[in-house]
Amino acid sequence: MYKILTKRELNPTVTLMEIQAPMVSKKAKAGQFVILRSHDDSERIPLTVADYNREKGSVTVIFQVVGAATMLLNELKEGEYISDFVGPLGRATHTEGLKKVAVVGGGVGCAIAYPVAKALSENGCEVHSIVGFRNEELIILKDEFEKVSSKYVLMTDDGSAGEKGLVTDALRALIESGEQYDEVITIGPLVMMKFVCALTKEYGIKTVASMNPVMIDGTGMCGGCRLTVGGKMKFACVDGPEFDGHEIDFDEAIMRSSMYKCEEAAAREKVCNLFKKEAE
Amino acid sequence: MANMSLKKNEMPVQDALKRQSNFSEVALGYTKDMAIDEAQRCLNCKNMPCVKGCPVEIKIPDFIKQIAEGNFEGAYDIIAESSALPAICGRVCPQESQCEKYCVRAIKGESVAIGRLERFVADLHNEKEETSAQKIEKNGYKVAVIGSGPSGLTCAGDLAKMGYEVTVFEALHLAGGVLSYGIPEFRLPKSIVKKEIEGLKALGVKIETNVVVGRTVLIDELLSEEGFSAVYIASGAGLPKFMSIPGEELKGVCSANEFLTRINLMKAYVDGSYTPVKKPRHTVVVGGGNVAMDAARCARRLGSEVTVVYRRTEKELPARLEEIEHAKEEGIEFAFLTNPVEIVGDENGFAKEVKCQLMRLGEPDASGRARPVAIEGSEKIVPADCVIMSLGTSPNPIIKDTTEGLDTTRWGGIIADEESGQTSREGVFAGGDAVTGAATVILAMGAGKKAAAAIDEYVKNKQNK
Repeated sequence: MYKILTKRELNPTVTLMEIQAPMVSKKAKAGQFVILRSHDDSERIPLTVADYNREKGSVTVIFQVVGAATMLLNELKEGEYISDFVGPLGRATHTEGLKKVAVVGGGVGCAIAYPVAKALSENGCEVHSIVGFRNEELIILKDEFEKVSSKYVLMTDDGSAGEKGLVTDALRALIESGEQYDEVITIGPLVMMKFVCALTKEYGIKTVASMNPVMIDGTGMCGGCRLTVGGKMKFACVDGPEFDGHEIDFDEAIMRSSMYKCEEAAAREKVCNLFKKEAE
Repeated sequence: MANMSLKKNEMPVQDALKRQSNFSEVALGYTKDMAIDEAQRCLNCKNMPCVKGCPVEIKIPDFIKQIAEGNFEGAYDIIAESSALPAICGRVCPQESQCEKYCVRAIKGESVAIGRLERFVADLHNEKEETSAQKIEKNGYKVAVIGSGPSGLTCAGDLAKMGYEVTVFEALHLAGGVLSYGIPEFRLPKSIVKKEIEGLKALGVKIETNVVVGRTVLIDELLSEEGFSAVYIASGAGLPKFMSIPGEELKGVCSANEFLTRINLMKAYVDGSYTPVKKPRHTVVVGGGNVAMDAARCARRLGSEVTVVYRRTEKELPARLEEIEHAKEEGIEFAFLTNPVEIVGDENGFAKEVKCQLMRLGEPDASGRARPVAIEGSEKIVPADCVIMSLGTSPNPIIKDTTEGLDTTRWGGIIADEESGQTSREGVFAGGDAVTGAATVILAMGAGKKAAAAIDEYVKNKQNK
């Protein structure tokens, strides 16, 4: 059992949890992920490490309440316990030798983009953060990003905060204005990452995208997280989760991401009904 | 006077039509009368050919003699001397190619039903026995076992009996390895796996779930700061193979590992489970091993029509005969001499059909089996909204990639001495599928047993230096 040390709502659908897991905390690095189960019969949820505190023996995760499993997780309170917490899994972000990087995050993907930006900044790299949200209400980690970035560009779909437009608009403007990046790192919805990668390909800037497909075990056993990268089959859990964005077959990943859409909707409905009944 | 019947006592089974729609155990087990009757078929041969066929060398005629005399607990004690998991082996061992293959009674008629008798004895014992902590004098040495599958559990049990403090590290949230995530409930009820693991815990074995050795902790750390005297790697062969044919990315195509894990480990078949599994209409399982049979029979129980596609003939099917027969009884079809070349999807990216090529058998290949050769221009279309790839697995690379000086083969198997399990690293032993590639539960157990003895010798020698 793993204790929930802190729980904080970052926006109406995104929650931060700091979990006590000393062994994982000792090894965790930016870019890696954990798999957790809230209860004994819950699904295994893969979540990227958002932060860690080795002295405290804690690992922080940030999740969006989207389906049955995350709804159940979100029901737990500070001081309560989750059943399972395993990691760190996957490969860490490569930060060595980078002098100037643009980190492009979208939505809850910013929860993953932030520790990457932080790790880069701690390594003496100059970081430009470009983050996008649907609207002002959904913005997360603004202060944290600003602290580790020499430039922070906020975009919203509706213009309710920052500038109105897409992250790709902001990235293009920066590149056009003469900013020279060693690398672009992008984390967010598949469609966003696809267009970020298409844009940087035009300019020939190396780009890394962090993938988050369906997976079960996280150790290479199920093959559910397979992607095509550079024409070859790769497993996001052991070969990734970060890959060369110019090599990823995004259309295939987008197609595969809807595999359990119907089943997920049904499970979500079930949990919603459960909560409704409890409330009555 | 021995029972000279040429045939084994038949195993009572759940009705084939009924069991197609449930996950309850298929084989129901012998009654006491059946067991005694079957035990009396054993001739108690002096040279015990059956024992040579058993990877853990259970004293087979001895335990059968006890059954014949009605002393079932005595029979259990004899098995327990050699096997840590008798209720499991009695169910999943390929006895027909091991102990029973060498049975003298098989020369004329059927062998003694050694596996069924083993299962009978273990089940009877487990029924009444509440596992209670056993007092074993500790010798003060710690051994780490990586993986809680059959090999790891056997090694852990043997070492615990010798007085070692054993910690088993398991990557998943549940112990048992393939016994938990792979072999389905209807062939090996999970309550039995749990019971056998409780038995090991009663011996003092600690099981730490949610630890991926190579990620959460390294082998070098276990041997240094964590204070373990030796490590046994029994991490299995968990990496699934795919065919590299067009259409494998389609929705509805998965590895047998994924399909079975969703069903067995995550209980996706139970109403109210939060893990989704597609309820297919027509499933194609590619491959012919035991795992393929398990996947096919699970799909059948989800209500699907199932076709097993295999590129050789029925004669070459690597699965156990019993599994093949059970699968057929349950209405599973087989397409032999058939090999998929493409999976075709619908406009939404879901698998729709499998395009296959017909094959014929050619000259024997390196494995001694006839090589299947494609018949040019042939084509066979099998409809499928679910395609399960069951082509075998290879060892997981996480440990090899994070342990310096640990030699592996070209295909990723850890190189270890066959007798001792000793690897290229001092104090590090390995066995089971991590060394051999995908094999059977009992071979993995045999390796665990040998490694336990070798680890004991290693630790003692070191201490005497």
